Amino acid sequence: MYKIAVIGDRDSVLGFMAVGFSVFPTESAEEAARHLHRLVKEEYAVIYLTEELAEALSEDIAKYKDDPLPAIIPLPSRAGTLGLGLGNIKKSVERAVGADILFREE
Amino acid sequence: MATTQVNPTRMELKKLKNRLTVARRGHKLLKDKRDELMKRFLEIVRETKTLRERVEKGMEDIHGNFRMAAAASSPKGMTEALMLPKQSVSLTVSSQNIMSVNVPVFRFDVTGSPSDCYNFGLAFTGGELDSAIGSLSDLLPDLLRLAELEKTSQLLAEEIERVRRRVNALEYIMIPQFEESIKSISMKLDENERGSLTRLMKVKDMMIKEQREVKGKTAPIQ
Repeated sequence: MYKIAVIGDRDSVLGFMAVGFSVFPTESAEEAARHLHRLVKEEYAVIYLTEELAEALSEDIAKYKDDPLPAIIPLPSRAGTLGLGLGNIKKSVERAVGADILFREE
Repeated sequence: MATTQVNPTRMELKKLKNRLTVARRGHKLLKDKRDELMKRFLEIVRETKTLRERVEKGMEDIHGNFRMAAAASSPKGMTEALMLPKQSVSLTVSSQNIMSVNVPVFRFDVTGSPSDCYNFGLAFTGGELDSAIGSLSDLLPDLLRLAELEKTSQLLAEEIERVRRRVNALEYIMIPQFEESIKSISMKLDENERGSLTRLMKVKDMMIKEQREVKGKTAPIQ
């Protein structure tokens, strides 16, 4: 049985508590990184991060990118979206195809 | 192109020819694999993109609702209300094989009835919190599907990159190198053959000449 974790600033992630996710409220990137490394080793299949933290921890996240589990997914925080999630999709398209063919028309 | 130094023997030629056929076959297979992976990948990525847009929009609404709820009640009250969830989500992860790439498939079970996410009293929190939590739990399947798709597209992207490298290495390096080596060996062999042929002809000429001379010397005596 796997669990789902959410890391982010308190106001953005509090609501996830009610639906049964494990919530790790934190403001600082270092603490978030510690949480992240610990959660990867434990039984968490999906780790949601706020985009602010995902941006700060991009190097740590890249380490786990090619493992089948866990899936580390950035979510927009309270402050609104930074476009990081779509940016990631774009990046993987570029990685696979060699050119961005999906977002070009926009 | 620099040819790898090989002995110009028939043995070596045969070996190289075999390796060339294997390389050609491998190249064809990998190319097919790459094309199929690409097809799947683009399907998945398109879906991911629309889902991501939907989730981001949903999250925005939810955050808006939460902000309203937070404004209506004290931060402490909010935390208290949300602290002890009755509902819990557990995931079962199976894996699916897409062209020999193992990608995770998430299936989640929510324990507790749908109303269990409202595990707080009516007195201390406003309706905004209810609607925020409600829409969040509605968004739950989308969130998980998004996690699955994004992971899948990342893994596929990695695999495609690797296969593409192999295809290119075979197409532009290995196969031309083999062809070059085969050409140089067969040329060398032909050259040797011509060399030995001329040597034989020369030797034959010399022998005929020698015989004639012997005959010339003995003829006057007869």
